[in-house]
Amino acid sequence: MCISWEVFYSYPCKDEERMDQPLKKELMMGNEAIARGLLENGCAVATSYPGTPASEILASVARYQKRLGARMHTQWAVNEKVAFEIAYAGSMAGRRTAVSMKQVGLNVASDPLMSAAYMGTVGGFVVISADDPGPHSSQTEQDSRMMAMMAKIPVLDPDSPRQAKDMIAMAFHLSETYRTPVMLRPTTRVCHSRQDVMPDPISAPQGGPDFKKDPLRWAATPKFRYRLHLELEEKLAQIAGHSDTAPRVVNSRASGRKAVVSCGVASAYTAEVLKRLGLWDRLPLFQVLQPYPLHIEFMHLLQTGYDEVLVIEETTGIIEMQLADRSRIKGKLNHAVPRVGELLPETIEALVADFAGVKTTIPSVTQAPGRRPTLCAGCPHRASFFAIKKAAPKGIYTSDIGCYTLGLNLKAVDTVLCMGAAISQAAGFYHVYKHEKKRPDIVATIGDSTFFHAGVPALIDAVNQNVRFVLVILDNRTTAMTGSQPTPATGKSAAGDDLVRVELESLVKGCGIHFLEVGDPYDTKAFIKVVKAAVAFSRSEGPAVVIARHPCIIDLARQGKAADPIEVTVSDDCDGCGFCLQHFECPALIAVEDGKRTIVDPLICTGCGVCLDICPKGAIVRV
Amino acid sequence: MNAQREYQILISGVGGQGVLFITRLLAEAAISKGLPVFTSETHGMAQRGGTVISHLKVGDFTSPLIMPGEADGLIALKAESVAQHGDYLKPGAWAAVNNPVAMGAQDRLRLHCWDADQSARDIDNPRAVNLIMLGFALAGATGIAPGDHWLHCSLDDVMQALKDRLKGRQDMLQASIRALQAGAGGRSLL
Repeated sequence: MCISWEVFYSYPCKDEERMDQPLKKELMMGNEAIARGLLENGCAVATSYPGTPASEILASVARYQKRLGARMHTQWAVNEKVAFEIAYAGSMAGRRTAVSMKQVGLNVASDPLMSAAYMGTVGGFVVISADDPGPHSSQTEQDSRMMAMMAKIPVLDPDSPRQAKDMIAMAFHLSETYRTPVMLRPTTRVCHSRQDVMPDPISAPQGGPDFKKDPLRWAATPKFRYRLHLELEEKLAQIAGHSDTAPRVVNSRASGRKAVVSCGVASAYTAEVLKRLGLWDRLPLFQVLQPYPLHIEFMHLLQTGYDEVLVIEETTGIIEMQLADRSRIKGKLNHAVPRVGELLPETIEALVADFAGVKTTIPSVTQAPGRRPTLCAGCPHRASFFAIKKAAPKGIYTSDIGCYTLGLNLKAVDTVLCMGAAISQAAGFYHVYKHEKKRPDIVATIGDSTFFHAGVPALIDAVNQNVRFVLVILDNRTTAMTGSQPTPATGKSAAGDDLVRVELESLVKGCGIHFLEVGDPYDTKAFIKVVKAAVAFSRSEGPAVVIARHPCIIDLARQGKAADPIEVTVSDDCDGCGFCLQHFECPALIAVEDGKRTIVDPLICTGCGVCLDICPKGAIVRV
Repeated sequence: MNAQREYQILISGVGGQGVLFITRLLAEAAISKGLPVFTSETHGMAQRGGTVISHLKVGDFTSPLIMPGEADGLIALKAESVAQHGDYLKPGAWAAVNNPVAMGAQDRLRLHCWDADQSARDIDNPRAVNLIMLGFALAGATGIAPGDHWLHCSLDDVMQALKDRLKGRQDMLQASIRALQAGAGGRSLL
């Protein structure tokens, strides 16, 4: 018997919990704790676009919504800007609302963020932007608190799942007191750690929607924007004295002329480090809950109470920037604290020991090479990339953000900039090469979800400019990298209810594309033909689009819809040329006998059968 | 078992092996014993077949990550993890390693190997390497060496966590329990 591997891959939900059950401590992921916080505080609208490390926030809200029958709106929006605007309108109508995203998603939503800060809020409005110091799964290590500073809104920085949940209540209260959007900025280590958390009762949204027209605010012209900006500055000055979110002393018995100031998960590490180094009673530690705007009284305390202050925060020196007298401050601005990368506990221990003048020995970690991420065995993207390289072997391959970024390993991805850029960068390459005698073929790859997110305007632009390139939309019917969230083509809501489908074909045609073919990359030979035809069209005519349609195999397995496996093996014709390893790189194909032969690992193989068509010696055969 | 004791455990493998699943079982077993717990996980791109490591801290901690040289033990679903994450283990730490043969002695560590891949084939459940290794490590917890508790919980505690988690999914529960037991029945390869 071989049972479904779902149980070993994803974690099945516990029995349905009901409202009337007594609450007890639960193991909660930071993102689940944030979701729980939203439900406990009467959030009426929660929106998001998936992105690591924020994806589980909305997924958990939707699960609670379904489980508890909460009357609220949850949705995966087409992108972060749209998600922001939907949630913000809910706040304008007096409801408590929240939008969540990863830090680079906030770049996409920065336009409404800057403007909403001026206009203010009615119902509490929380903008959750999850940062990724490291980075572990992002293009940048940017600090969302910097965006809060630029927008002039307060930001809260939780140190643990438990505090993240508590901060949702603080954020709604802050937002409603000062009528401003409030940012919650968790980092990967908060989002993706789990802790025993005591849930509080769920609270239904209060009252009903009540949008009060006020065009001087909600549709303010530049003249009134000036006034709103003045108002915003007044709010900030008050928020810098808001007692609820003031910095707290972590070790109240400690005293001395030196102090450590920290926030987020760095302060959780620092607390443990102080205990380990025997400094708990000697070196005061302040935890900043609201890094912007920094509390005025606290700035004064640091200036008058201490000779030297070490500031430890991720990723930019936001607290430091607000301290006027920097002569006594050690931190990122004077390079005492590393400016790049995650602040790991060992890094913090070395910093604190040095600052306090005590000795510590931390074993150095030798970076043994781990395994590089790769497309899953049976992933349809691998077959698509193989076909693209066959059809346009010397092409320029622009790509995008998603699992298929891993086409890098197959040398079928040359560029990855940001969401949607595969198409506009393809256009850019076309325009710089178009006057040359020899133009390279240009093939862009983009996932279905990413195409919906930011690809559509770029495609309209490419049609308008008659950019001669091929766009392969890798349509695996889901947002795979972040855990299989629905796309507009899925026709399902975050909670699993039916929605209206938006089909890729009609969208592509609506952009003005004349060459559109749909193929299944598993049908390798036929699919190569389709891509070749598209490349030929792009050379002489204009933009061509191929939709490579095959569902994500993880998604299929989860739904119990995986196709019957095709059992394959490697025959004696294999001479160990390594073509399959280099150009197909399936984790189930393994070199043995010092690379003299390749075998199929049956534990990893999903039986997609695509490799039957790729061996130049025909040595991969059916069993 | 001393409830006041602190445990810092690493669990490692590659994406898709179910590292997170067994980490959560151990964490839920801690909660049911009233112990405070933190875990930390790898998500996103790293999960696509890349190395996955999770940290489990049981006791009076405020943060989710284990410092180098501080871990009490390692459950390794792939033998290569010992080299990759060995620096996180304290001198004398234990490691339960999925490997077909005993590994060369290391003076710093107590290595205990078990062929979980073979064991998984034996019970006709090749995806259950994670639970087999968990069972193997838990056997250590209840005393490969008398008085030497590897983990904060027992095989029974984890069985209970599994039962809570898989209520109403009898086939999965039975298969999972079989895997745990297959591992717990293992004895270190010499």
